[in-house]
Amino acid sequence: MQLTNKHSIASALAMASCSLLSQTVSATEPVPANDDWNVDAAIMYYGEQERVQAVEAIGNVQKAFGDSSLLDMKLVVDTLTGASASGAVAQSQEQTFTRPSGKGQYNVAAGETPLDDTFHDTRVQLSANWQEILNPDWTVNAGVYGSKEYDYFSLGLNAGVERSFNKNNTTLALSGAYANDTVDPVGGRPVALSNMVFRQDYDNDEAYQAAFDATRLEGDDTKQTADVMLSLTQILNRNWLMQANYGFSSVSGYMTDPYKILTEVDTNGIAQGYRYENRPDSRLKHSVFLMAKGALDSGVVDFSYRYNTDDWDIQSHTLETHYRYYFAPNFYGQIHLRYYQQQAAEFYQPFLKADQALPEFASADYRIGDMDAYTVGLKFGHRLSGGHEMSYRIEYYQQNPKNNGFDIPGELNNYDLFPAVKAIVAQVSYSF
Amino acid sequence: MKISINKRLVTCVLLFSAASTLTGCSSLGVEPWEKDQFARADMALDHEKLDLSLDDHIYFSKEGTSGGRSLAGGGCGCN
Repeated sequence: MQLTNKHSIASALAMASCSLLSQTVSATEPVPANDDWNVDAAIMYYGEQERVQAVEAIGNVQKAFGDSSLLDMKLVVDTLTGASASGAVAQSQEQTFTRPSGKGQYNVAAGETPLDDTFHDTRVQLSANWQEILNPDWTVNAGVYGSKEYDYFSLGLNAGVERSFNKNNTTLALSGAYANDTVDPVGGRPVALSNMVFRQDYDNDEAYQAAFDATRLEGDDTKQTADVMLSLTQILNRNWLMQANYGFSSVSGYMTDPYKILTEVDTNGIAQGYRYENRPDSRLKHSVFLMAKGALDSGVVDFSYRYNTDDWDIQSHTLETHYRYYFAPNFYGQIHLRYYQQQAAEFYQPFLKADQALPEFASADYRIGDMDAYTVGLKFGHRLSGGHEMSYRIEYYQQNPKNNGFDIPGELNNYDLFPAVKAIVAQVSYSF
Repeated sequence: MKISINKRLVTCVLLFSAASTLTGCSSLGVEPWEKDQFARADMALDHEKLDLSLDDHIYFSKEGTSGGRSLAGGGCGCN
C-alpha cells in the first residue's frame, strides 16, 4: 500500500515537473492552468547623457488552450528622441553639417563631438507565437513578427522544435527565424562614400538640390536575416542546470547606416570634407552562449558567458550575472552585472585620411569599433495578492569606445575622439 | 582571415560538441521527484522575459554583436 502511494506521488510529481521543465528552454513561460490569461506589462525609460532618450512600453499576453497549447502575443511601442553621434570628429572650429534629408543644416560647436540632433522615431512591433506540446517528449512552436518605424519595416517568421531526453533532464531545441526588412531612409540612401554637399557652395536651391540628389540612390532597399539556433539544456543536480546555445546568423542586403558619416582629415587633423559611410552587404555571425543557473535557499543566481564572432571581424565577449535574494517570501531584491568587450570591425576607422586612397568599406560608427561596456543594475519586486507582481528596476550602462590603433594626426589629439556614453535605464513592470 | 574564422568556427563546434556529450552522461540529472527546485517559477530560463527582451533591444541597438541567449534577430533600424 505504502509502496503504491509512494509510486503514485512520485509519478504525479514526475508528470508535474516534466511539464514545467519542458517549458524552460522554450520562448514562453510555463503553461498556466487551463484557459488562463497571463499578462506582463512594462514601461522602460532609457536615457543617455545629452544624447538619445527612449521610452519603451511592452505588453505580453499568454493564453493557454487546454494542457498542450499556448498562444503568446506581444506588443511593443517605443519612441526615440535626442541626438546620436554622426561619426564625424571634433574640430577647433565650429562645424556645419547638412541634415540627412538634405533640407537644412545644423552646427556643432568647436571642440564638441558632432551629434545629429534630428534623431527621432516611433516604432510599433507586434508578434505572436503558438506553442504545441505534442507529447511528453516533443514540443513545437511557430510565430510571426512585424515592426514598423518611420524609415524601416520588418516582417519575420520563426519556428522551433524541442525534444526531451533522459527523464526530462536533457532538452535539445532547434529554432530558426527569417526576416525581411525594408530600409527607406529620410532623404534617400547615400551613394557609398559620397561627399556631403552644402547649400552655401551653390548659387541657387536648384543647383544645390541637383548636387544633393547626385549623392542619393533611388528607392528603398532590403535586408534578409536567417537565424538558426541549437540549444542544449541539462539539469546537473537538484539545484543547478546549464544551457549551451550555438547560434548562426546570415544577413544579406543593406546594412550601411544611412545617417553615419566620416570626416576626411588632412595631415594636421583638419577636416577637408565628410563622406557617407559604406558597409558590406553580407555578414555571417556565430555565437556561443553558456549559462549556469542555480536555485538557492533564499534566492536564485545565474552566470553566463557569450562569445560572438563574424566575418566583419567583430568579436565580443560578454559576462553576465543576476543574483536574486528573497528578503521575505513576497519581496526580493536583485543585482544585475554585465561586462561586454568588443573588437572592431575590419572596416571601422574613426576618420578618413585625405592623402590616402578611399577604402571600399568604411564606417566611423563607434558601435562597431573597439569598445567595452558595463552594466550595474538593481531590481526590487513584490508579490501582491492574487498572484500579481510589481517590480522596479534601475540600471547604469556605460560604453567606453577605444582607439583601435589609429595614429591621431595634428589637432585631433586635443579632443576626446572616443568619448564614453553613459546611460540610465529605469523600468516599472506589472504582471497579473 | 579566412583561416582564423574557420579556426573560430571549429572552436565553437568543438565547444558545442563537448557540451552535447553531456546528454550521453546518465549520471547527470535527477529523478523526476527531485525536481522541486526546477518547478519554481524563478528557475525558468525565461523567467524575466520582458527584462531580457528590453535588454536585448538596448544592447542590439548599441553594440556590434547580438544574440546568444536567443536568436540574434533584427527587426529594427537601430543597428
